[in-house]
Amino acid sequence: MNRVWAMIERDLRRFRRSPVLIFISVLMPLVQLVVLGYAFGGKIKNLQLGVVDQDHGVPAVKLEEMFQAIAANARTFTPVYYDDRDAALRDLRNGKIGGLVEIPPRFSRKLLAGANPRIALMEDNSDQFASSALKGALDGLLSAYNAPAVAPRMTAAARLDIVEIYPYVPYIQFLLPGVIVLAIFVSAMIGGGIIFIDDKARGLHEGYLVTPIRKLELILGFTFAGAIKAIIAGAVLITAGSVIAGIPDPLNPLRLARMSLLVVATALALISMMFLIMVRVSDPLVPRAIFGMLNTVLYFPSGAVYPTQSFPAWMKAISIVDPFTYAVHGFKQLVLKNTSLAAVAGDLAFLTLFTALAMTAATFLFRRTL
Amino acid sequence: MFDVEVDNLTKRFGDFTAVDALNFSVQHGEIFGLLGPNGAGKSTLIRMLTTLLPPTSGTARVNGHDVSRDPNGVRQSIGVIPQAMTSDLELSALENLTIFAKLYGIPRERRMQTIPRLLQEVDLIQWADKPVKMFSGGMRRRLEIARGLVHEPKIFFLDEPTTGLDPVSRVAVWEMLARLKRERDLTILVTTHYMDEADKLCDRIAIVDHGKLAALDSPLKLKASVPGKNVLEAAFVGAPPHWTEILKALPDVAEVRREENICRLSTQNGPRTTVALLETARQANVTVASLSVQSTTLDDVFVHYTGHQLRDALQTPTAADSPFLLRRG
Repeated sequence: MNRVWAMIERDLRRFRRSPVLIFISVLMPLVQLVVLGYAFGGKIKNLQLGVVDQDHGVPAVKLEEMFQAIAANARTFTPVYYDDRDAALRDLRNGKIGGLVEIPPRFSRKLLAGANPRIALMEDNSDQFASSALKGALDGLLSAYNAPAVAPRMTAAARLDIVEIYPYVPYIQFLLPGVIVLAIFVSAMIGGGIIFIDDKARGLHEGYLVTPIRKLELILGFTFAGAIKAIIAGAVLITAGSVIAGIPDPLNPLRLARMSLLVVATALALISMMFLIMVRVSDPLVPRAIFGMLNTVLYFPSGAVYPTQSFPAWMKAISIVDPFTYAVHGFKQLVLKNTSLAAVAGDLAFLTLFTALAMTAATFLFRRTL
Repeated sequence: MFDVEVDNLTKRFGDFTAVDALNFSVQHGEIFGLLGPNGAGKSTLIRMLTTLLPPTSGTARVNGHDVSRDPNGVRQSIGVIPQAMTSDLELSALENLTIFAKLYGIPRERRMQTIPRLLQEVDLIQWADKPVKMFSGGMRRRLEIARGLVHEPKIFFLDEPTTGLDPVSRVAVWEMLARLKRERDLTILVTTHYMDEADKLCDRIAIVDHGKLAALDSPLKLKASVPGKNVLEAAFVGAPPHWTEILKALPDVAEVRREENICRLSTQNGPRTTVALLETARQANVTVASLSVQSTTLDDVFVHYTGHQLRDALQTPTAADSPFLLRRG
């Protein structure tokens, strides 16, 4: 039994002398609590709802006033007014707006004639959380609209027709874009973080530093090697993942080509981020310790598991600078909506800019000496 | 023209001066040994000469290139074997050498010739395709020696190349170095803790302590410079009972110890005592069955110049010893 105590004592004494270890083992679950708590718990707000009013009658205007009231109070959505129905549909397809309410011509006349007119809600059902929030808000709005406090002058009621613009998206498909990015991240973390620092600690880098290789060549070598491994991980996920998640026409070559481009941009962004974090680190435990933390802080605020519209302000701030957000958004467009590259141009631009900035900073910090 | 010229070279880490205004030169074609206790500044010196660390002040020229102003010129001229084993364990011997040949920009045709020849020279040709993780310590060291020579450098730096190797592997490494030096017209700078090796192989030895040069000369002259004792060991047949007292009276003898018919004499002057001993034995009709004279070893030289004190000092924990240490530059 004394020997058991000796082993326990040894371990606890060491634990007590490594304050950082204690700090991380406590901090990490706390970060998870806060990030995950807010990632899933919040009410979805500030969805963009397109409105096309083809009627312009008084009842239609009254409906629009109620939209404004929701935007000002519950803030579930903000109406965006369109004159051109085609432009509105295009924005819906490209994910600029989460839904589109269409007030048809002669809505007012039908309503006043007691003919129970219908308004259509076309919704981006690739995000079920957002679309059900939108549907709920509009249902509530319409029942209020149809049951005014003052004695009714009109007996007719407007009805909401829901039009889902995409085939039904189960949660596994909703999750796939995030998982693709996660695979790229894990590969970047192992290649650009753990292996990089292990090699450094074992003295392997000393061997390279005494050769005439230039600083930039060394950095580009490390970066591209890591990126290639991450790209392979991403390529497996976009194909195998699409098949497993049951994406319709999973091996569509055009979509795979577009996704591959995004895989490359994502891999470069994440590997250069990792390189920037690790450029001055030499302790092999550091990448292992921050692995979980980085994962939590980057993955959950990105909208990969729950829409960003539900996040508190601080988490939205993370999601704005988080390369995951743009990668996940891009893959959602391509995987769930099969959009063109134009719909992900912004994401590609951000990831490219992020790569350029991170690499510049890492190059600046990288030292060619020990 | 010297291959390595060190001029007032200094390296400070904060308040600590690791290398303190060193001056020395290494001639072309010599094996130059750097000896010194742990923490004396040997590795720091080698790292400055191999462009891994920038000097705080002073200059060093390697093959005519200034380490600070023309580091790439230095890197082209030198081969380096760092203290740690730094081959890629997952890669084969051949792959390790090929990667480095590419880093040195050696064209394919020359690689195809050089690499098998090098593997032959370090006796690893039959293991060329095996992953390095299956190699013993001695094999890994030999592979690194081949790696350091892949671009046919003029000057070869080795930081404790034999530490941690068994005696047979150590001998193999040193023989290899001696042969390579002969065949390839190399200048070799080497640090070691094994005095016998340094004694046998180095043309000149610099003893470094506290970042300063304590002594620099050939092993022979260094040993002569130490006012040390010789030890005579002799076995006698037919020695009389008071033989020990007679031996004690011989010139320069400080002490005599006797075990049966073997005597051990400490003397200030080995040759004089030896002559006197043989003469005395002849006169007393005692047969000298065996006689050996041991001279001062490089160990004695080392202790003479660096002192007997144990160098117990706390050091900054490195990444390898301590979890969660973010090492700042």
